[in-house]
Amino acid sequence: MLAQARTHWTILRICLEERLVYRGDFALGTLMRFLPIVTQIFLWTAIFAASSQGEIAGYSMKNFIAYYLLTMLSRAFSSMPGLASGIARQIREGEIKKFLIQPIDMVGFLLLSRIAHKLVYYGVAIGPFALVFILCGSYFQRPDGSYFPDGYTLAAYLLSLVLSFLLGFFLEAAIGMIGFWFLEVSSLLFVYMLFNFFFSGHMFPLDMLPEPFASFVQMIPLQYLAYFPAAVFLGKIQGPDLVQGLLVQVAWVVGLAILCRVAYARGLHRYSGYGG
Amino acid sequence: MPVIEIEQLSKSYRIYQKKEGLAASVRGLFRRDYRQVDAVRAIDLTVDEGEFVAFLGPNGAGKTTTLKLLSGVITPSSGTARVLGHVPWKRENAYRRRFALVMGQKNQLWWDLPAQESFRLHQQIYRIDPQQFDATRDELTDLLDVRRLLGQPVRELSLGERMKMELIAALLHSPEVLFLDEPTIGLDVVAQHNIQKFLKHYQQQQRITILLTSHYMKDIAALCKRVVVIALGKIIYDGSLSGIVDRFSSHKILTLQFANDRMPSDLSRYGEVIEVMEPKAKLRVDRPVISRVLASVLADHTLEDVSVEDPPLEEVIAEVFSLTGEEEAIAASESDQA
Repeated sequence: MLAQARTHWTILRICLEERLVYRGDFALGTLMRFLPIVTQIFLWTAIFAASSQGEIAGYSMKNFIAYYLLTMLSRAFSSMPGLASGIARQIREGEIKKFLIQPIDMVGFLLLSRIAHKLVYYGVAIGPFALVFILCGSYFQRPDGSYFPDGYTLAAYLLSLVLSFLLGFFLEAAIGMIGFWFLEVSSLLFVYMLFNFFFSGHMFPLDMLPEPFASFVQMIPLQYLAYFPAAVFLGKIQGPDLVQGLLVQVAWVVGLAILCRVAYARGLHRYSGYGG
Repeated sequence: MPVIEIEQLSKSYRIYQKKEGLAASVRGLFRRDYRQVDAVRAIDLTVDEGEFVAFLGPNGAGKTTTLKLLSGVITPSSGTARVLGHVPWKRENAYRRRFALVMGQKNQLWWDLPAQESFRLHQQIYRIDPQQFDATRDELTDLLDVRRLLGQPVRELSLGERMKMELIAALLHSPEVLFLDEPTIGLDVVAQHNIQKFLKHYQQQQRITILLTSHYMKDIAALCKRVVVIALGKIIYDGSLSGIVDRFSSHKILTLQFANDRMPSDLSRYGEVIEVMEPKAKLRVDRPVISRVLASVLADHTLEDVSVEDPPLEEVIAEVFSLTGEEEAIAASESDQA
C-alpha cells in the first residue's frame, strides 16, 4: 500500500517536472484560453442589447455571463486536451509496449500524469482566473447580496468539479482505446468534440434546450462536464435534485471507468494477438 | 537448468494487402485482401541459465517476433514457452520484474527529462530497494562512463549515449533475463565497441541469460558462443559461430602463388577464379573436390605457396540469407496461386 503510494507520488512528481519543461509554450497556451471570455461577454451584451427582453429563458445578462465563466471553470477540470489522441498515437506507434513489458498499469499512469498536468495548469492559471472573477464579480451577485452559495452547495459544487475531472478523464481515455481497433481516431474525436460543444453546456445553458434535446442531454453524461457544476453553483439545482444529480454523476464515472478497463483489457488482447 | 523453454512456438498474423494505385485504394475501402504471415513457425529452443545467445537472420526472419513473444508483448498462435517458469504472455508482475527488453529503435526513457528521472521512476515501478538502487546505478553509470550525463535531458544526448542510458534503465532492477533487439543499430564503431565491452563484462559478472539479435557480425563474434540462425520463421542452425561455416559453406578458398611468375592461363578449369594478382590467384573450389583439385594443381604446376581457407563468415551468412530469400519468393508465388 505504502509502496504503491510512493510509486504514485514519484510518477506524479516526474510528470510535474515534465510539464514544466516547456514553460513558454505552456504559459502562452494557458493565457490564450482566457481570450474567449472577452468575446463571450461582448456577444451576450450585444444579444441582450438587441433584444427588448430583460431575460432570455430565465437568464438575465448577468446570469449568462456568470454561467459562462463558471462553465469555463468546469472545463478547466473536465477537458482533457490530447488524452484520447495521445493514447491512440501510443498504440499506433507501439509505445504502448512499455506498459506490457513493465510492471505498471497504463490507465493509472495516465490518470496520475493527467492530475499532474492539471495541477501545473491550475498553478499557472489561478492568477488570471482570480483576476477575471474579481473583475466580473458583479455578475455573480445574488439577490441577497452575497457572492457565494451556502457551504453545503459550495461543497457539492467542489465535489461535482472533481467528479467532472474523473468523468472527462475516463470518457476520453475510453475513446482513445478505440485506437486498438482503428488506427486513426481523429475524425471520431471530432464528432465527440462537436457533441461536447453543444451538449456539455459550454456554449449555452442546457436548460434552454427544447425537447427532444432536453431529454437527450439527460441520457448522456456530457452535461456533467460543464453545465452541471455551474448550475449547482448558481443554485439552479437544489435539494433532492442536487443529491440525485451527484449520484448520477458518480454512476457515470464508475460506469466509464469500468468501460475504460474493459476496453483496455480487450484492446491489449487484440493488440498482442495481432502482432504488437 | 533451463531458463527459457520453447516448444513448437508459432505466430502468424494477417496483414492488409493493397495493390498499387488509387482504384485499388478505393476498392480497399470495401473489401480488404489479407495475406497471412507466418512470422515464427514451430520453434523449439532451450536456453540455460547464464547463456549468451545470438539470434541471427535476415530482416523479417522472425527474430524480433520471437523476442516479443518471450517478453509477453504478443501472444502466440500455438505452442508453449516458459521463461523463468512463467508464461510470458500472461504478463504477471512477478515475471515482469525479472526480465527486461531493450529495443535499439525504441526509446523507453522520458524524452524531455534527464535520464536520472527515468531511473528514479524505474526504481519505484520495479520496487528496487533505495540503497541497492543507488549502488546499481552508480556501478552501471561508471561502467558505461555516463555519470556526467545523468542530468542532461535525454533528447540532448547522442544516439550512443542514449543507448547506454537505455541499457542502464533496463538493468537497474537486475533482471535475470535480458532481451536485446539490435542494441547497436545505428551506432558508430567506437560506440558499438563500448556497448559490446559492457555487455560482455556485465554478463560474465552477473551470469544473467541474454538473448540478442543483431545484424553486426562483430557484436555476435565478440559476445556469443551460441548462435541460433532463424530464417523464414524456422531455426535452421543452432551451434557455434564458426560451425556455421562448416554447415553452410559449399566451398573453400584456394590461394595459389606460382613459382617463377609462371601463371597458367587456364586457371578456370580448377575452379571459379575470384582474383588474379600475378603471381597470386584466388579460386573458389567446391568442398567435395578440394583435395582432388589441389592434387592436380600441384601435379601440373610448381608452386611457391598454397593455402586453403574457409570463406569469410559474413559471406557465408549472406549466402545463407540469400538462399532463404529465394525460397521465400518461391513460397510466396506458390501461396498466390493457391
